[in-house]
Amino acid sequence: MSGAVPVIEVRELKKYFPLPRRYPAQAAARVHAVDGVSFAIGRGETLSLVGESGCGKSTVGRTILGLTRPTAGEVRLDGVRIDNLPAGRLRPLRRRMQVVFQDPFSSLNPRLSVREILAEPIANFTLARTRGELAERIAGLLEKVRLPADAAGRFPHEFSGGQRQRIGIARALATEPEVIICDEAVSALDVSVKAQIVNLLSDLQDELGLSLLFITHDLAIVEHLTHRVAVMYLGRIVEAADRRSLFARAWHPYTQALLSAVPVPDPAARRRRTILKGDVPSPVNLPTGCRFHTRCPHAFARCRSEEPELRPVGDAQWVACHLDARPGG
Amino acid sequence: MSEITLPEEAEALPEILPAPASHGRIVGLALRHPGIAIGGALIAVMTFLAIAAPWLGTVDPEALDPANMLIGPSAGHWFGTDMLGRDIYSRVLYGARVSLVVGFAVAALSSVGGMAIGLVSGFIRPLDPVLMRIMDGVMAIPAILLAIALMALTQGSVGNVIIAITVSQIPQVARLVRGMVLGLREQPFVEAAIAAGTRTPRLIWRHIVPNTLAPVIVQATYVCASAMIIEAILDFIGAGTPPVVPSWGNIMAEGRALWQVKPFIVFIPAIFLSVTVLAVNLLGDGMRDALDPRQGGRRA
Repeated sequence: MSGAVPVIEVRELKKYFPLPRRYPAQAAARVHAVDGVSFAIGRGETLSLVGESGCGKSTVGRTILGLTRPTAGEVRLDGVRIDNLPAGRLRPLRRRMQVVFQDPFSSLNPRLSVREILAEPIANFTLARTRGELAERIAGLLEKVRLPADAAGRFPHEFSGGQRQRIGIARALATEPEVIICDEAVSALDVSVKAQIVNLLSDLQDELGLSLLFITHDLAIVEHLTHRVAVMYLGRIVEAADRRSLFARAWHPYTQALLSAVPVPDPAARRRRTILKGDVPSPVNLPTGCRFHTRCPHAFARCRSEEPELRPVGDAQWVACHLDARPGG
Repeated sequence: MSEITLPEEAEALPEILPAPASHGRIVGLALRHPGIAIGGALIAVMTFLAIAAPWLGTVDPEALDPANMLIGPSAGHWFGTDMLGRDIYSRVLYGARVSLVVGFAVAALSSVGGMAIGLVSGFIRPLDPVLMRIMDGVMAIPAILLAIALMALTQGSVGNVIIAITVSQIPQVARLVRGMVLGLREQPFVEAAIAAGTRTPRLIWRHIVPNTLAPVIVQATYVCASAMIIEAILDFIGAGTPPVVPSWGNIMAEGRALWQVKPFIVFIPAIFLSVTVLAVNLLGDGMRDALDPRQGGRRA
């Protein structure tokens, strides 16, 4: 992004989870969940972090939120480093970044009414001084996510999945954040409801100037709301680009495979499908060289020995791949 | 830029389910879970007998009347008299006080104690292995033996019996709570609360504790039942309350030598104990079913 300080900046983020040893002399094994990820999100911008389950994309989100500490690397909020702050110093900054989770059922406390759920973040940062002000704010939040005002007195189990997700979004908006991290926020919803929530998020972004980090495995959803896309595979970003460039010309074979897996609502359309063989290798024992070479249809000798770095391949596109002029797709 | 067009907010208004009728839900609960109704009713009767004992035609349960010893059940002595001439009806009714007080007190104390240990264990990770190994150690000793050993250190009184049994029951609750805390900490609503700036004390009080209560209440009923049995055993073997105290275990202990000639001395308190323990267990089973969210009776 140009000159301005990004709202969220992640530099060389690493998160390894140690595995328990079965016997004392066993060599320490670690899950390389996130292994050197860097990106930045500008104000009012949407970045989508795409990848299949287990690639570390949710861990990136949790690390930014300070729910887990990174093994190495930096997280900056508006230029200020936050990954190494003690809990007490981080707390006031939490107001500026919020989260919406995937599961609309487990993301709301079943024993609290919607009013209590929404009042909590407001009370945590004393954003309302009087009871009247609090009620006003809650009513405003419900209106923003287009839920009826009488929803406040009800409990989460009285709502449908889509409505619960609206409550989750209202809770995230309660602290007036600058960034919302949507961790698979629409993945558990029906297609029609999914579209409504995506539209809602997009409208809220326009209205409030929010920055969004959209973590998902679904490229089809990304196409409708994102500005930029970063594709993750086994803890690393393999391709990053603005939306138009990526959907016009994907460079990395993994991105090509993901794109070819997006269903097209036209039975007459025949496309060249790139079907990947095999499974994702274990993040405990990573492959040598390029992480993707075990499944890549174009892999050659260099891929097995040397790990490719992200390099620019256009105005707004970076790819980590040794293949040169082989865009395909 | 969102080009997806759909009936905008079609699901917003009408889909909210009607709020479940709140009136008469205790009746509905009892009909759906007969264990709660039957167990609850029996416990209510026992509690009434215990509280109202002085006004239910009883005499002093400790008064000796050697002239009228070992009388069988009759109009003057409904449940007969023991070998010292004490009225068994009066002793059984006053004995209900001991059993119920011990059962309820142990259930309440071990729930609170187990909850506290479980929460500390689940939230302060360095203390977890230490606390859990202590709990394992306590659990390794059979509850009755542990209670007997603890009673051997002090003098027999209802208070000491309660403490001894509580110590043996706390680990069960502590383990239960710890397990639930560890699970709840991973729940998205807890992480969302942390991300929303909720401090740890409030987090525990609003998000963790309320979601552990239902299983703890169910566990408390089982603890209550075991406590009543252990209390009776302690009294029966002479390790519990002093023999003058009218308790079901003490009455049975006194009748033991004569049970072939005067079986009613043992059987009557035994029946009261069995019925009370059965009632508590029925209530516990009923509540376990009613509070299990997978069975649809949630938050009834």
